[in-house]
Amino acid sequence: MRDVAVIGVGMTKWGELWEKSLRDIFVESALEAVNDAGVDKIEAMYVGCMTSGLFVGQEHLGSLLSDYLGMGPIPALRVETACASGGAAFRSAIFDVACGAHDVVLAGGVEKMTDVGGDGATFALSTAADSEYEVYNGVTFPGLYALMAVAHMDKYGTTREQLAAVSVKNHANGSKNPHAQYPFEVDVDRVLNSVMIADPLTILDCSPITDGAAAAIVCPLDKVKDYTKNQPVKVLATAHATDTIALHSRKDIAWLSAVEKAGADAYKQAGLEPKDIDLVEVHDCFTIAEICVIEALGFFERGKGGPSAESGETAIGGRIPVNASGGLKSKGHPVGATGVAQIVEVTKQLRGEADKRQVENAKIGMTQNMGGTGGSSVVHIFGVE
Amino acid sequence: MAGIIGYGAYVPRNRIKVEEIAKVWGADAPSYKKGLMLREKSVPSPDQDVITMSVEASRNALARCGIDPSKIGAVYIGSESHPYAVKPSGTVVAEAIGATPDCHCVDFEFACKAGSEAMFVTMGLVDAGAIEYGLAIGADTSQGAPGDALEYSAAAGAAAYIVGKADGVAKVLYTHSFMTDTPDFWRREHMHYPRHAGRFTGEPAYFKHVTGCAKALLEKSGMEPEDFAYAVFHQPNGKFPMRVGKQLGFTKEQIEPGWLSPTLGNTYSGSSPMGLTATLDIAAPGDKIFMVSYGSGAGSDGFVFEVTDELPKMRERAPFTRTQLDEHKNYIDYGTYTKFRKKIRKGE
Repeated sequence: MRDVAVIGVGMTKWGELWEKSLRDIFVESALEAVNDAGVDKIEAMYVGCMTSGLFVGQEHLGSLLSDYLGMGPIPALRVETACASGGAAFRSAIFDVACGAHDVVLAGGVEKMTDVGGDGATFALSTAADSEYEVYNGVTFPGLYALMAVAHMDKYGTTREQLAAVSVKNHANGSKNPHAQYPFEVDVDRVLNSVMIADPLTILDCSPITDGAAAAIVCPLDKVKDYTKNQPVKVLATAHATDTIALHSRKDIAWLSAVEKAGADAYKQAGLEPKDIDLVEVHDCFTIAEICVIEALGFFERGKGGPSAESGETAIGGRIPVNASGGLKSKGHPVGATGVAQIVEVTKQLRGEADKRQVENAKIGMTQNMGGTGGSSVVHIFGVE
Repeated sequence: MAGIIGYGAYVPRNRIKVEEIAKVWGADAPSYKKGLMLREKSVPSPDQDVITMSVEASRNALARCGIDPSKIGAVYIGSESHPYAVKPSGTVVAEAIGATPDCHCVDFEFACKAGSEAMFVTMGLVDAGAIEYGLAIGADTSQGAPGDALEYSAAAGAAAYIVGKADGVAKVLYTHSFMTDTPDFWRREHMHYPRHAGRFTGEPAYFKHVTGCAKALLEKSGMEPEDFAYAVFHQPNGKFPMRVGKQLGFTKEQIEPGWLSPTLGNTYSGSSPMGLTATLDIAAPGDKIFMVSYGSGAGSDGFVFEVTDELPKMRERAPFTRTQLDEHKNYIDYGTYTKFRKKIRKGE
């Protein structure tokens, strides 16, 4: 298998993009990645998208998007594993290059979520949970993550304020990200006193509904110079694991086994440990998710993730900067695009192009993308010389 | 140039508080009060509708100007709750105030801007010399589905304007209309309640059109926000008019006199026209007033008025809008509200 490197990334401003369609936002980001890499061709394409059928009534994205990108008739495929679709699309692109099928492959992610109303979006997202045993009984994602939060608080003494501190930290980071949907700062009081969504989670504990896309271009590491002048960002590990789709089927609902498994596989592939990672982008769809994920990835001991943001350990400049981009919370969460956007952020950080949110001397970065309540998780590790 | 000869408002006495509605639906009242800046709203009694409220507001307008109603050459009512789908509201109102039979009459609909639309058209007809006086009304018994966000704001009220060739109480200096096809809020035939596109009703709908109309009107008039004593904007809630006003460079002090929505709610077609009545209740001769309405679908009508010396002489002849809003209130519970608003469907 060939080593693979990221040679170009693209992402445009995220938000409620009423004036643009799914194909518009995808093409904008993909072209930015093409221009960033400086390549004149794409040989294959993988697009992460969770549920364009329910959001905009459009399936068959491979053909649609390669056509509108002007890259037809290349092989192009949509990849779906709920909110981890973007990470999984990138992983597919790596395999494509690693096995020698193609040299220049684009991994994209896209979701156009605001063409339906609140009820429509809630229904579309709920399809990432267990329809028969969770959704039909009335629980939605905020409700499921609220159960996880209550379990974590009950078991480990994690506080409401500690959850809020995750939102405060991610909004502070996002305020320095020009692509973020909500680039404003919040304080703990504002988080605690915002509208209650599912006790104990308020609206400022939840990631938003977002239109957005992101793209990354990969090629064989030993051919980088043939295609680009950019500093290559080497893929050191790619891992994917699954867990029960239903939260109630797990032994411990405050623990994310798929994240632990994917993380362990990734560390093994890269020959690294948590202490070697300079920054990590994690799937903070809710504040409690970030706390559970950083425990499962080994950055904090089991049950000790609660105080991470409050203590400053996960801030930019802290022991392990988590979500320097602003995370899903502030940057936005167009579900299928999120996993690729994490890779865009880590690539920019490792190339030293993250401007005001730059993590100093970042050489090794990790991304963790997650589907549902942790029914699937995709982890990547990247490095620069 | 046309002018406003007389004006009048009508606010029903019944009120329901945001807490009373939120209690029934298990909703978070403080977030509605803070987020949308709404405290309570008016509710029509079971025997009140757009026609009765329009008659009340028109009689107040006539009391102020004292013209012979038979000289009114046009009666236009803008509303999205005309009592009949087929048969005009305007004929009943025209008959009740004595404007028949030599009169042009039609009901208007353009979501929440139908009232300002009626004003716009009467001004044009007066300017053209086709009529001596025209009566323009914005009135609604607004609909909001049970439990929907609209239920906290959908209110009832009416404003009536008599427009004529003379300067009257306020000269119409400039007008502008701005519209695109933007489906943010709609109600089809046989639907009891409107549907809306959630957050899409904000930036690409209300803010785009109000701002677009306001900027064009400022450019047309060559005036700046500080040249105006007062500004009135459509009020779907308390927050939007304040926010759009500030974005355009108006101050809270300029907007506040006509800012009725926190305790009135959204009277749909009556909204900005009622805000203008409250502003005229306190304006001084020489004051310039800026007004921009908004109707979903979507569009805005904008007006620049200048108050004349006549206004203080006649405004005491009818009840002030704030007096109707702040006094003689009758608070009702949600059960009474559902009965009054005919939300309870009885068996056949």
